[in-house]
Amino acid sequence: MKVLALILAGGQGTRLGVITNNLAKPAVPFGGKYRIIDFAISNCVNSGINTVGVVTQYMPHQLVDHLGIGKPWDLDIKDGGLYVLPPYLSRSDTSWYEGTADAVYQNIEFIDKYKPDFVIILSGDHVYRMDYNDIIDYHIEKSADCTIACMEVPVSEANRFGIMVTDPFNKIREFQEKPKEPKGTLASLGIYVFSWDFLKKALMKDASSTESDHDFGKNIIPSILKNNSNLYAYNFEGYWRDVGTISSYLDCNLEILGPLPPLDLHDKNWKVYTQSEELPPAFISDKANVIKSFVSEGAEIYGEVENSVIFQGVIVEKGAKIKDSVIMNRVKVGKETIINKSIIASSTVVGDKCEIGLKEYKVSKINKEIYNSDITLIGFNTNIPDKTIIGKNCVIDNFVDLKELNIKNLNSGEGIINEF
Amino acid sequence: MKVLGLILSGSSGNKLEKLTKKRTSAAVPVFGKYRAIDFTLSNMVNSGINKVGVLTQYNPRSLMDHLGSGKEWNLDRKRGGMFILQPFLSSFNDSMFYEGTADAIFQNMTLLKRAEEDFVLIGSGDHIYNIDFKKLYKFHIRNGADITLITKEHKESYDIAEYGQIKVNKENKIIDIKEKIDEKISDKIFTGVYFINKALLMELLYSSPKDKRNDLLMDIIVPNLKRLRVYSYNFEGYWRNIKKSVKEYYDTNMDILNYEVRKELFYSGRKIYTKLKDFAPPKININAEVSNSFIADGCIINGIVKNSILSRGVIVKAGAVIENSIVLQDTIIEEGSHIKDIIIDKDVKIREGKTIESIKSNINIIEKGTVI
Repeated sequence: MKVLALILAGGQGTRLGVITNNLAKPAVPFGGKYRIIDFAISNCVNSGINTVGVVTQYMPHQLVDHLGIGKPWDLDIKDGGLYVLPPYLSRSDTSWYEGTADAVYQNIEFIDKYKPDFVIILSGDHVYRMDYNDIIDYHIEKSADCTIACMEVPVSEANRFGIMVTDPFNKIREFQEKPKEPKGTLASLGIYVFSWDFLKKALMKDASSTESDHDFGKNIIPSILKNNSNLYAYNFEGYWRDVGTISSYLDCNLEILGPLPPLDLHDKNWKVYTQSEELPPAFISDKANVIKSFVSEGAEIYGEVENSVIFQGVIVEKGAKIKDSVIMNRVKVGKETIINKSIIASSTVVGDKCEIGLKEYKVSKINKEIYNSDITLIGFNTNIPDKTIIGKNCVIDNFVDLKELNIKNLNSGEGIINEF
Repeated sequence: MKVLGLILSGSSGNKLEKLTKKRTSAAVPVFGKYRAIDFTLSNMVNSGINKVGVLTQYNPRSLMDHLGSGKEWNLDRKRGGMFILQPFLSSFNDSMFYEGTADAIFQNMTLLKRAEEDFVLIGSGDHIYNIDFKKLYKFHIRNGADITLITKEHKESYDIAEYGQIKVNKENKIIDIKEKIDEKISDKIFTGVYFINKALLMELLYSSPKDKRNDLLMDIIVPNLKRLRVYSYNFEGYWRNIKKSVKEYYDTNMDILNYEVRKELFYSGRKIYTKLKDFAPPKININAEVSNSFIADGCIINGIVKNSILSRGVIVKAGAVIENSIVLQDTIIEEGSHIKDIIIDKDVKIREGKTIESIKSNINIIEKGTVI
């Protein structure tokens, strides 16, 4: 039995705001030293799947840099391994990937080379822990053509997912993609197992249709369902999060902190592998006070840190107070600066005596769809000079220098977004 | 600069007592995630040396495990790379051991013969420092030296009887070398790092009679001191040799709590590489108190940690207290235990409520794998 995994990592993830302005969502830093895609790849290798294709499209530089030849995941091997699959031009009409199904269709040649029995389609956007052997065994047991991993979600969120209606034997009877009026609460996790011969035929058929958006949820699944194929829902009961919004991103980061976290990154039986900087252990000074937090390698803590994730190489100066926040790689936090419920992206410098994320919540003036929580987001490589005061629900774009702009104060709900 | 690196790491390091019972001193863990040899190995790689021979002898298993194919130091190469040089039996050699540093190199003469490099840098696996060997190379060339030895100003923290002393003239040319004597004759001590022209090294080794070819310094260099241009290159930075004593090992580890030392060793721009273990970042829980400590990946802390170094994967349970101690990989300190002034080796389990502390001025070691 040969299984090939294909990770769709071309998505932009617009709801993460400025974090994904210059970065593909799967490459977004997570959990102190990881990037989101590490979870899907580590799940593959921990499940014994050693042939992994990663389909890229949007802003792939850091992602491709991170993946390399798959060394951190032991995927630098001769038979199989990790392959980055960017869109390409050819004599036939290939071009940018138009949808998830098109992305797989354009790589049929790659998949065929490995002659897999099954193909497992994954998303590089999710933080989860899953043994793919279970869903593959289930797929075989049911003699299914396609098996979709799913989970119960609250009715209020059902409109964000593909919703399935199943019979008592878990056979899928109906599938609604992001429905306005959902018929159930069983949601697709975007993890599909297909028998390769079956999928290949379905992709070919879909590709020849001019009306199709070439998307798995919108086109492929409904169309194979119409043809009376064997589609089964696999009930996943483990940990799975779509860190698609700013608040879910922060929540999910803080969720790993507790004494008994739902996702235990310290579990030695299911390690998450990554490509990270080589730095010495973290230093926590006698002036520091750290509780309920992750403090990664190369961090130097002289201030207070509570309920936060501190990434590699972060410096927190004396008297600084960080609470309920995510501070990414190499951020410097100056003396007596207070940071509350904020996400500060890599290489940003925050000066002394700043206040970030305090004040009263106000509706965003930038974009209510994206910035709709009380979290303040500061982008990559930004400079916040001494004594700057930034309220709640603010956003500052990447590569902004507040000193140059001469801004000392940002009220809640305000933001600075670069113009293109 | 074409230099062949040789790292002497065959020492039993018997002064480190239980720490070197099952490993050679070059494989002794330091600073939470490193092993002693990482420093010399990284220094060589960072200085552009890409062919390195590691000479081993005493209990090399953990050293071999650590080095692997040399991948972490970029030494899994087609050209150059890392060579493990262990003692061997052959038709011309009836001893299973290297008799000394000179003998070790002599027995691996093939590597020198085949090397296209013009110079040989001989370091030790026990040294903790971050150095740019390119400067040493320039010094060597500028002085037209045959041999250059790295020296260090003598400090209170170095026990003079443990080191070789070096006397130099105004031009830094070495005029006298005395090995391990109690009397202080010079304020320069020899670190044990040699830079030498390869052809000369081969000639010196071949021309020495078999029974006088054991120690590189005393048997080969000292007798020829008058006839050769032997210079002293004084290294100004932080330098310690951890195999000298348990106290030296303890003090060196504790030095990392000093910002200046951390900055020099790790943030100078020349990185120190080590074997990766893929542990998650350290987790500090709600009731934990951590101060003035160095915490490696994979640690989970629920108790109190003060002035200590915790290696990868150490678990400190609620109510446990660790003070002024070095705790090595995967050790578990259970609820309510009290640990003070002690070195705890790998995979140790301290059961609930135990109190363990060293008798003053004598740092105790809890042996690898012990359950208390």
